[in-house]
Amino acid sequence: METLIPLDYGTLRVIWWALLGALLIGFAIMDGFDLGVAALLPLVAHTDAERRVALNLVGPVWEGNQVWLIAAGGAIFAAWPLLYAASFSGFYLAMMLALLALILRPVGFKYRSKLENPRWRGSWDAALCFSGTIAALVFGVAMGNVILGVPSGFDPDTMRPVYSGHFFQLFTPFALLAGVLSVTLVAMHGAALLAWRTEDRVAARARRWGARAALLSLALFLIGGFWVAYGIQGHAITSLVDPGAPSNPLTKSVALQTGGWLRNFTIWPAMWLAPAAGACGALLTAILLSIGRAGLLSFLASSASFAGVILTAGFALFPFILPSSSQPAAGLTVWDASSSHLTLWIMLLATLILLPIVTAYTAWVYRVMRGKVTAESIDTAPHAY
Amino acid sequence: MIDFDVVNLSRFQFAATALYHFLFVPLTLGLSFLLAIMESVYVMTGRAIWKRMTMFWGSLFGINFALGVATGIVMEFQFGMNWSYYSHYVGDIFGAPLAIEGLMAFFLEATFVGLFFFGWDRLSKLGHLVVTWLVALGTNLSALWILIANGWMQNPVGAVFNPDTMRMEMTDFAAVLFNPVAQAKFVHTVSAGYTAGAMFVMAISAWYLLRKRHIDLAKRSMVVAASFGLAASLSVVVLGDESGYLTTEHQKMKIAAMESMWQTEPPPASFNLIAIPNQAERKNDFALEIPYVMGIIGTRSLTTPLLGINELVARAETRVRNGIVAYETLRHIRAHPDDQAARKRFEEIWPDLGYGLLLKRYTQDLSKATDDQIRQAAFDTVPNVAPLFWTFRIMVTVGFYLILFFATAFLLASRGRLDVSPRMLKIALWSLPLPWVAIECGWLVAEYGRQPWVIEGVLPTYYAASGLTLTDLAISLAVFLVLYTALLVIGVKVMLRAIRKGPGDASDPLDPAAPGVPGRIPLQA
Repeated sequence: METLIPLDYGTLRVIWWALLGALLIGFAIMDGFDLGVAALLPLVAHTDAERRVALNLVGPVWEGNQVWLIAAGGAIFAAWPLLYAASFSGFYLAMMLALLALILRPVGFKYRSKLENPRWRGSWDAALCFSGTIAALVFGVAMGNVILGVPSGFDPDTMRPVYSGHFFQLFTPFALLAGVLSVTLVAMHGAALLAWRTEDRVAARARRWGARAALLSLALFLIGGFWVAYGIQGHAITSLVDPGAPSNPLTKSVALQTGGWLRNFTIWPAMWLAPAAGACGALLTAILLSIGRAGLLSFLASSASFAGVILTAGFALFPFILPSSSQPAAGLTVWDASSSHLTLWIMLLATLILLPIVTAYTAWVYRVMRGKVTAESIDTAPHAY
Repeated sequence: MIDFDVVNLSRFQFAATALYHFLFVPLTLGLSFLLAIMESVYVMTGRAIWKRMTMFWGSLFGINFALGVATGIVMEFQFGMNWSYYSHYVGDIFGAPLAIEGLMAFFLEATFVGLFFFGWDRLSKLGHLVVTWLVALGTNLSALWILIANGWMQNPVGAVFNPDTMRMEMTDFAAVLFNPVAQAKFVHTVSAGYTAGAMFVMAISAWYLLRKRHIDLAKRSMVVAASFGLAASLSVVVLGDESGYLTTEHQKMKIAAMESMWQTEPPPASFNLIAIPNQAERKNDFALEIPYVMGIIGTRSLTTPLLGINELVARAETRVRNGIVAYETLRHIRAHPDDQAARKRFEEIWPDLGYGLLLKRYTQDLSKATDDQIRQAAFDTVPNVAPLFWTFRIMVTVGFYLILFFATAFLLASRGRLDVSPRMLKIALWSLPLPWVAIECGWLVAEYGRQPWVIEGVLPTYYAASGLTLTDLAISLAVFLVLYTALLVIGVKVMLRAIRKGPGDASDPLDPAAPGVPGRIPLQA
């Protein structure tokens, strides 16, 4: 069967690296605003009617949006099993915290407005705010730790993942910066949607908080950039790379160098477009929201910013996907952490067929649900949240 | 090296979260289909009552769906979190159906479920009906891919062990896809879900009829549920996944354990109606046997023998011995990757590697394993007989009871007499938990019965866990126990309120009992 695959192993690995990025960006853009709306709930919506406006804006679509995370998780399992095994078990308690947040979310959306008791509703609002903030924080902290390198390796006899860190070690200053950046990004993104598709006071507050979050994102992103350039060691493979070799992360040698994560940007200057999108998108979002021009454009600017930030991290790390701080040579890269040639090929075929279909019907659902969400529109909807 | 407390707690956590998730999934499977049927009737006849039925059962579906989604996220991440060696060892095969499930099924289900609730005024009648059917389709496809993944754990086809990457790798995707165990499991599991959905609608409708509320809606719902439930409960039993049980060695062991059948009997084997299994002495302290029945059920023939546990253990012993050779050959290849002769040898003997790994809990150096240790490892292939024996019998008894129940309900319904028999209505109400009892037992038979393997014959469960600490497990278990208990209480409370409130139509007489319910607060539509 191997001989029937028209793409060589190395090419497929790069494609799957790109697809992983696409799914993560899809999750950030699609579910990011759900997380942001939940996180901003106490800030942008004060009365119960206002909160229901905010919740019903994302109510019809958040379930589908969350599947981007599920699909990304599945794709990591199927295409990058070593990454899935090493990172999910290594970040165990952090993952538990994210799960706690993600478990509360569906129930919060669905059950909050089932009872009129203010304490009931207040508790669920708090749970939703917690869920949006904490999920974004954990994902950001995890990303920050990946850039720093994580204390993980493999037992050479069995290839069993070994992790030597613990939960509190994850919260280093740089990782916290990445975590807060992740929170301000979802807040910016959620606010951009609220400012565009709600009215009156909710929209006005969303513009104000959205602009603040966007400026904060810009500042944190720039500080993070300088930190990576001058204070963090990047990894580089120093042995010969065979892009088609079997996935074994223990056969290479790796050197560390401060500022090394910027190397790719020197080799491929076009990569600077990613941080440029991250910074300019946030700036444009802040400007548009401040001057009261919230709409599709400010939402797209916010999406571009989010995508730019994620791409910047992905480009900086390439070919690494999970650098190791304890055993640098055991860090996972695009060339040595993937599933087999056949599995990558089958999964590529499945994705090429299914993802366009998903995108098409998702677009249709958004078209059906277009328009502003107001207190009146909720009162007439039979199943409103 | 391997901490067995961590392994056991990880197993407990996985079982607890899976069994909990599996409370909501069957109802989603069954109700989504029933909603699609009801709405189809609405679109075909144009009668408003069917729309009200769809919306009412839909609101209960939503309450259940939220919990299904919430607990489902855990399932996908737990493989990596608690079973990292598993994820490395078989991710190449097992990850694919999970990823495709997300892309093909869960996206479909979750994207359209929002439109199901929010699209009533924004879509044409037919447009909304299509949305409802797509939700049902997505739900069922989701079950299909999950069971393809699970089927591979029971019968790992289409893959080989690669010494260079130290893991199983896919060689034949079609074999994974059309795995007979997966196919049988899919039909069996979704039918069980349909039965649960039908029972749910039956029981709640019966409660309304007993209280003379929402009579029109309840009667019609019962007719739909009775016919759907009869078809579904028949299909659970007739198309039970026993048909897949003879395909592999451990599936044979599982069936022998389910029957507490220690010795191979001359065919056709007898069926142990009741038995007291004695695992230590490898015999039954007591057994009430029905001649011939087991052989016929198990093999669909009069002449094929069913192997007993002791004979299967003897065969396992041979495979453990071969497994030592496979393991030592693998070590040799790892040290001398260019030895083509060793690689050639390994290609023939790798299928017994997993049996060799069973020995790792007794000795690190397999080449020095004693005969005692080998016998012990072989006996480890026997799952815990007594719980399997009994959970299987509970499941089957409930299954037959449900066929009888739905057949009676269907007969009464076809004569238009379902609502006039208070006794039948009460039986319907009190039978509500039974499908869930059978379903949870079914999960235990399939997955607890798979032990000691996580991937049958390939990877022992204890060998697959992450190297976590006891503190990690204590914290995660505490979080799950507290959170899941709270969610169950809240979910049941919200569900009961919605049921008590009913479809909420002015034409229905108000529930006389409702205002007296303590702490009752008017509900938001």
